[in-house]
Formats: sequence, structure tokens, C-alpha cells
Amino acid sequence: MVAIEQSAPRAPATPPAPPAKPRLVTAPRRRRWGRIHDTRGYRAFQVFNAIGLTLVVIATLVPFVHVVAKSFSSEVAIRTGRVNLLPIGFNVDTYRLVSHDHLFWLNYWNTIKYTSVSTVVALVLTTTYAFVLSKKHLKGRTLLIWVAVFTMFFSGGIIPNFVLISAMGLRNQIWAIALPNAISVFNLLVMKAFFENLPPELEEAAAVDGLNTYGILMRIVLPLSKAVLATMTLFYSVSFWNSWFPAFLYLDHQNLNPVTIYLRNLLVGATGGTNMGGQISDLHISANVQAVAIVLICVPILLVYPFIQRYFVRGVMLGAVKG
Amino acid sequence: MTNLEADVGIRVMGSPATAPTPRMGAAKPRKRTWRQAFRRDWQLYSLALGPIAFFLVFRYLPMIGNVIAFRRFRPGGSILGTGPFTLNYFDRFIHSKTFWHVFENTLILGGLTLLFTFPLPIVLALLLNEVRNGTWKRFVQSVSYLPHFLSIVVVVTIIYQVTALDGLVNQAIHRFGVTPIPFMQQPEWFRTIFVSSEVWQTVGWGTILYLAALTMIDDDLYEAAKIDGANRWRQTWHVTLPGLRTTMITLLILNVGTFLGVSFEKVYLMENPLTYSTADILSTYLFRVGMASASSLSYATAIGLFEAVIGLVLIMSTNLIAKRTVGTSLW
Repeated sequence: MVAIEQSAPRAPATPPAPPAKPRLVTAPRRRRWGRIHDTRGYRAFQVFNAIGLTLVVIATLVPFVHVVAKSFSSEVAIRTGRVNLLPIGFNVDTYRLVSHDHLFWLNYWNTIKYTSVSTVVALVLTTTYAFVLSKKHLKGRTLLIWVAVFTMFFSGGIIPNFVLISAMGLRNQIWAIALPNAISVFNLLVMKAFFENLPPELEEAAAVDGLNTYGILMRIVLPLSKAVLATMTLFYSVSFWNSWFPAFLYLDHQNLNPVTIYLRNLLVGATGGTNMGGQISDLHISANVQAVAIVLICVPILLVYPFIQRYFVRGVMLGAVKG
Repeated sequence: MTNLEADVGIRVMGSPATAPTPRMGAAKPRKRTWRQAFRRDWQLYSLALGPIAFFLVFRYLPMIGNVIAFRRFRPGGSILGTGPFTLNYFDRFIHSKTFWHVFENTLILGGLTLLFTFPLPIVLALLLNEVRNGTWKRFVQSVSYLPHFLSIVVVVTIIYQVTALDGLVNQAIHRFGVTPIPFMQQPEWFRTIFVSSEVWQTVGWGTILYLAALTMIDDDLYEAAKIDGANRWRQTWHVTLPGLRTTMITLLILNVGTFLGVSFEKVYLMENPLTYSTADILSTYLFRVGMASASSLSYATAIGLFEAVIGLVLIMSTNLIAKRTVGTSLW
């Protein structure tokens, strides 16, 4: 992907934290083709394109709207297949029901706990390693990079991981969730690319002033890296918020579960698998309960989505352009 | 700062897509011994200790843990297994009918997913690129990225809801007089549902890299093409698509490499005994077998190792082919 880099000449020492360019993807060229030159065929294409993209938007949103509609509908209306995009028999009873379930909030709180702890661990490990890997003079750097990159292409597999974590006695501990996924190599490479772009002069000046490596990292590099740290925090916290499988494997008690497992148990209960416990079990696990759980799980993500989107896009592009 | 010049010398490099391995050494005026390097950079090395411990314990130790594919594993015993080395477990799955059936499922499901989720982001990116109204374009992008940020559990629950007997799809076909179909219980529908939901989930987000690459294409190329009399279609064909080539090939290599590992978590949540005949893939099969009893852990590990090795071979060979034929590669 460095070919991309070549076609975009850059000053050797661009200032760190480039001024926010959230519209990098969208706005760059405007005058390339004047409207006067549009052929009839191209104008027809524009119309079809607009229709096509509208369909894409609709197709993406319809499933959400359907679920939200179900969450506000009466059970009878859902059962009889009358709810599609608007709630029928509007009520908030299901929300009340779920919000009175002690287990739901316990699991929700667990998700918050697991997400914050895991994200902190992940940030510390990723930042330190990315900082080390960004030092091009370091002997053995190539090897250190390959130690990380190789794991993208080959992994130990589910069973050996399971055996290992169990043998380490991490079952039913938060560490079984936080530690095994502490470094995402993709994030690591994005961060390394960012650090490599910081002007070396600052660090050299700090070294002359007597700061050691730790001091340089803490007092020079990190304050300059707020943008990439924010991106990484979002990357990691969204992935930990959404994760369910480690919890499914390593947590044996429902009081320890994150809320994604709560939803999974609702799902399995509804499809004839193992039965779920908890106070909600006497209630028929119907579509509206699932819908409410979905909505409540997604609300935090939707709240940060506007910020996320901008940062994520920049983060991905940073990683991609730097190769 | 004795090495300042060397650092600057390395910094200038900007050559094609390979890991920086060979040039590094060449740019250095003299080689430092490990002892010198360590004396100078011990603080940096010390920062790497935590992450290296992470990789060794949680990434490389499980790789070594694969030896239980060749030895009996006893719960509570050594994680490296006990007893003599044997190829029995491989022998067993190679002669197992279920295994080959599941293997075929994996190839079909992975192939179908690749067939749709690889080209569609390119198409969508090209369409978005033609949009002139910035607000509308950003809106379409924002909406299409959304499914990417949802938990797999949420996505699968949404799939169940939409395809349920009282769900949207059945309501729609009911209008046309078709009797409702219990989609998630019918093996012949599994692949369709899986692939369409993958498209729903990944295509929007997949455009990002292409849109980034599109902004990097030199405007002069379009000007030149126009002067040569190229219309919009020919500009797309001769300028835009070649500009996306590197990105396409890189993503293709990555996709081919991960294609056996088709979304284990999603299939695991979506399948049920009624749909195993088309839904069950290597990873879900080995997981179920392994979790069923401790005595099957070695057998399941053998299958997992088989899958991982094929994945590695696939990515290395695609990379090699891409390097030889089009000169683009991951390393």
C-alpha cells in the first residue's frame, strides 16, 4: 500500500496530530468536471446512482427500524405478524419488564466494568509496544515487528487457547477477558505509523534536556498523541463492549456475564436451545424482550457513534495509507 | 545522538510495499553489537517486556499448545499433553465423513462470502465517488458503516427477528401469497441468509479503504484522460480502477487468507441442529466436538491445526502470486 504514499508527497516532518480533517474522504475535489460537460447518459447515471444509494440506506436501516418497532409493540401484534416498521399497540411495558430484571442490570454493569478494564490494559500494552516499534534505530526491531505481525496470519486456535486459559486458572476472572485480546495487531500498526510520523527533533531535544526514554514517552510523545489515543480508546472499547465469546467460554456464573451473553441466552432460549435462568425466565422470552435488550445494548454505541465514525475512519485510513 | 544521521537516512525511504527488512541494514553505517544496543536502548527494550510477554503467553504458547493434536490431552494434566506422539487424531478426521462434509461447507460458505463481500465495497465506493452533494454522501457513508459497530450477538438476533415467522421477510412474501417460511430452521436457506447478512454488515465499512485510495488519485490523470477524449465511463475504467489496484490486491490477499476462518462466532450463533447440514463449518464443528468431552480435545485441536495451516499456506501463496504477477504484496 505504499504506492499510495508515493503519490502523495509529504513534507518529511509534518507536525504531529494533523489538524482535524474529518472530510478527507468526501470533499477533496469539486471542480474536476463541470456540469456543462455532463452528457445525457451521465445525468441518467446520476439519477440511478441516487436511487441506488437511497436503496442502500433503506436496506441498511430497515432491520434496525423493525427491531425498534418490535420493542415498543404489544406481544400480540408481533405474534400475528403485523409489526413491520412502526410499533403496533404502542407501549413501554417491555422496557419496564426488562429494566426490572436485576440480572440485566448486573450484566450491563459487568459489561461496563470489563470494557473499561480491558481497554486500559489494551491501551497500555499497545502504546508501549507501538512506541518501541516506532524507533527505527532499535536493534532487533524487525524481529519485534514480526513477532506481532505473524500472529495476524497464524493463530493457536480455539482449543489450545481454551486449554491454556483454563490451565492458567483465569476462569471466572476478568483477566480471562482482558488479557487474551489485549493487543490487536491492526491497532498496533496504526499507532506505530502515527508515532513514526512525529518529528524526531522534539524527542532529541528532550533527551538533551535530560529526559530518559520513559520521560520522553510520558511527557513528550503521549501529550502529542491525543488524537491517536482517542482513536484507539474507541477502537478497543467498542470491540470489548461488543465481545461475547471469551465471556461465553470462561465465565461459568450468570452473575459474571456481560450483557451480550444475556442477549445470547435470550436468543438461544427462543430457538429451543439451553434454557436460561434468572428472574426473567418465568416471562415468555418473546421477540419484544429481545428487541428491548438489543436497543439497550446499542444505545451507548449509538450515542458515541457520531464521534466514533470520524475517528474510526481516520484511524483506518492512517493505518492503510502508511501500509 | 551519534545515530542521528542513520535515523534520518532511514527516514527518507519510501519504496514499494514490503516490510522494511532489507534496506534497514543497508542504511546503517556500522553494525552495533547486541551488547552496545542493549546498553544504549535498555529502557526501550524494557518497555517491550510487557507486550512481548503478552505475545509469548497468549499467542505463541497456544501455537505450541497445538502439540496436543499429536498427543493425548488429559484434563488437569500438562497443557502439552501426555504419552507418545501419534498421528491418530489426524488419521481419524481424514477418514471421517462428517469432517469432509464440514470441510466442503466451509469452502462453499467462505467462497460465497468472498465472492460477494470482496467486489461489492468497490462498487459502492465507485458509486459514492460520483456523488456531488457532500452532505448526502456523508449521510450514506454514516448509515452504511453502522452495522459494523454492532456486536455479533446483536446482529444475529436481528437476523432472527427479521427472518422470523412474524418478521419482515415473511410479511413481505406473505403479501405475494407465499406461506411463511421458518428460514432459520431450513438448511437450504442458511447460506443465503448468512451471505446477505455479511453483505449488510461489512460492505459499507469495506468502502473506507477504497474511498481513501480514491482521494489519492492525481487529478491531473483525469484531466489528461479528458483531453484524450475519455468520457466518464472510460475515465473510471482507465484512471480510477487502476488507482484502486493496490488496495484491491492487498484486501484480496487478506480475504483469501482468512477465508477458511469465516466468522466462527456468527455461524456458531446462527446455526442449530436443523441447519448443520449446510451451516456447520470446520471451526464450529471442532468447537462443538472439543467442548463435548475432554477426551475429544486432541481430536478437535488436530482439526484446528489443519485449518490454521491451510490458512497460512493460502495467504502465503496468494501473496507470492500477487508479488510475481502484479508486483503488490503484503511483505
